[in-house]
Amino acid sequence: MGAEGEVIARLLPEFTRLHPDIEVRLQQLPWSAAHQKLLTAFVGDATPDLCQLGNSWIPEFAALEALAPLEPRVAESQVVQAQDYFPGIWATNLIGDRLYGIPWYVDTRLLFYRRDLLARAGFDHPPRTWSEWAQMLAAIKALVGPERYSVLLPLNEFEPLLVLALEQPEPLLRDDGRFGNFESAGFRRALGFYRDMFERGWAPAVANTQISNVWDEFGRGYYSFYISGPWNIAEFKRRLPPEEQGSWMTAPMPGPDGPGASLAGGSSLVIFRRSAHKQEAWQLLEFLSSPAVQQRFYDLTGDLPPRRSTWLAPQLADNVYAHAFREQLERLKPAPRLPELERIVNEMRLVAERVVRGDLSLKEGPVELDRTVDGILAKRRWMLARAAAAP
Amino acid sequence: MRTGLAGWLFAAPALLIISVFFFLPVLAALAVSLTDFDLYALADLHNLRFVGLENYAHLLHSREFWNALANTSCFVVAGVPLSLAASLFAALLVNSRLTRLPALFRTAFFAPVVATLVAVALVWRYLLHTRYGLINWALAGIGVHPIDWLGSPHWAMPAIILFAVWKNFGYNMIIFVAALQSIPADLYEAARLDGAGVWQEFTRVTLPMLRPTLLLVTILTVAGYFQLFAEPYVMTEGGPLQSTMSVLYLMYDEGFKWWNLGSASAIAFLLFLMVLGITLLEVRLVGRRDER
Repeated sequence: MGAEGEVIARLLPEFTRLHPDIEVRLQQLPWSAAHQKLLTAFVGDATPDLCQLGNSWIPEFAALEALAPLEPRVAESQVVQAQDYFPGIWATNLIGDRLYGIPWYVDTRLLFYRRDLLARAGFDHPPRTWSEWAQMLAAIKALVGPERYSVLLPLNEFEPLLVLALEQPEPLLRDDGRFGNFESAGFRRALGFYRDMFERGWAPAVANTQISNVWDEFGRGYYSFYISGPWNIAEFKRRLPPEEQGSWMTAPMPGPDGPGASLAGGSSLVIFRRSAHKQEAWQLLEFLSSPAVQQRFYDLTGDLPPRRSTWLAPQLADNVYAHAFREQLERLKPAPRLPELERIVNEMRLVAERVVRGDLSLKEGPVELDRTVDGILAKRRWMLARAAAAP
Repeated sequence: MRTGLAGWLFAAPALLIISVFFFLPVLAALAVSLTDFDLYALADLHNLRFVGLENYAHLLHSREFWNALANTSCFVVAGVPLSLAASLFAALLVNSRLTRLPALFRTAFFAPVVATLVAVALVWRYLLHTRYGLINWALAGIGVHPIDWLGSPHWAMPAIILFAVWKNFGYNMIIFVAALQSIPADLYEAARLDGAGVWQEFTRVTLPMLRPTLLLVTILTVAGYFQLFAEPYVMTEGGPLQSTMSVLYLMYDEGFKWWNLGSASAIAFLLFLMVLGITLLEVRLVGRRDER
């Protein structure tokens, strides 16, 4: 899919050289169409053998019983070593005690920041805790004045608030995903901090469709902190002029009281249940999961590898911007794994936007959110109850 | 009897195609709208429940639906008259004997209709940009403070209306031009002999002669504008604060983003009934005036 779909074509010749008896037919899908295509393929009984799957889609395809469990194969594998993978990303593939995918690359969110502006505001290191971060945000806002801001939190992205919420001890849902848990003290704290960043003028209340060019605006100092993912390392390197290259850096997410967690996104490789070539598909999956191939994959895409041993490679160890990601990968926290999650985080974003714009109070927001989320989960509760009642 | 049979035979291919590709899907959608068809039901039909009118009841009690309906109505009520006025005005200008290079202007006014929506939406996003946009720059020239067009819940819908009218007026203009050219010139000559001015010519000759075209164009435009989707989809993603969320966009989200096909079908049906009702109303209103 997407860029990975183009790049994998260059890795496959080596596989066919090693396994001349296996013929691999590759089909590339754009991300925007992939989800619908795969669901249609499922209904039409035309699913592929092996497939890249965004790990937030795994619960959904597992609920469809479209995926083959992989834990027996991992138990026997010499290549796929569970303990070599970052635990947070490995867990996104586990539903109950079933393993439905092997992480292929990791996508998380952390801070991109303007080192020079932070230094001018009097700080020589990135924030480690929320309170330290808040001090920096206030100092930078005082420095740059009313026309510019300290941090960019696009109102149409759910990720920044989700990261803040995942850093809390309380889970987002309770009773095994039967009800929302947004009225918990933890989520209220996350939402409160999020709202404060807008209310104090540290963040502009905009959607990213209104920022014509996030990289230019970062270079201009329109904002100094940006919560974003690994693909922006390459973008900032490419798009900012050479003289500004020394001015930015990445840092792990600060947490409420110390280094914080972040979300565990990315893609996994899955094998479909209806595949007639599971053994061959597993061989290809093992090939793609070996550290040597993952290094080449990183060179070609810049996607972060999910295995610790791949990170020992010089090209990753020497990339200063990737260090923060290496550290963050040890502190990934998977979101609840259920098919409804995407909708739930979207509702969370909508409620957060209403709170930021003053349409709902900080007290009402979580109540409203729990009410909506409980509605979304009604069908899941019914199914769980029925499964429990069945002998 | 024989001729009746022949008639049916001739109509059969078209009827067959309409039944297979229109009536059957509509009936299927109606059936789906009475169930809670969703992702779980896709996995296993045992997870499908017949819920009767619950989807409809739920929609009629939901904030999102009424918000989307209000936004869509606002878009139709403001957008349709604006669009018709712009089309008619452009058609009169292009059709006027005083206009030089009418073909050039006709093409220019029609160009937005054929331009790719996504591409022009990008251009408009720059035009409407709060800090760098041409529109705010021009407004600043007459002393208006910068307007956060796409970022403020109050201005996003006007911006979308403006964009949609600009994008679509050329289409109706072409229809109006064709209708204007079919008005016999002697009617105008007679009016002028009777001493009618330009305004009287317009209200007493042009408008009455355009009546059937106006009805057609109004029906098409109202039906089209009720199906507002692509403009907010590419410009604002329904935001800010869901102020540009339309009924069709809500249906798209329900159906193709969250795979709640039952409730999405219910939305589609409600929209269909509304458009049908309003179209019948339009026809009756205009028809009654014709009888007078």
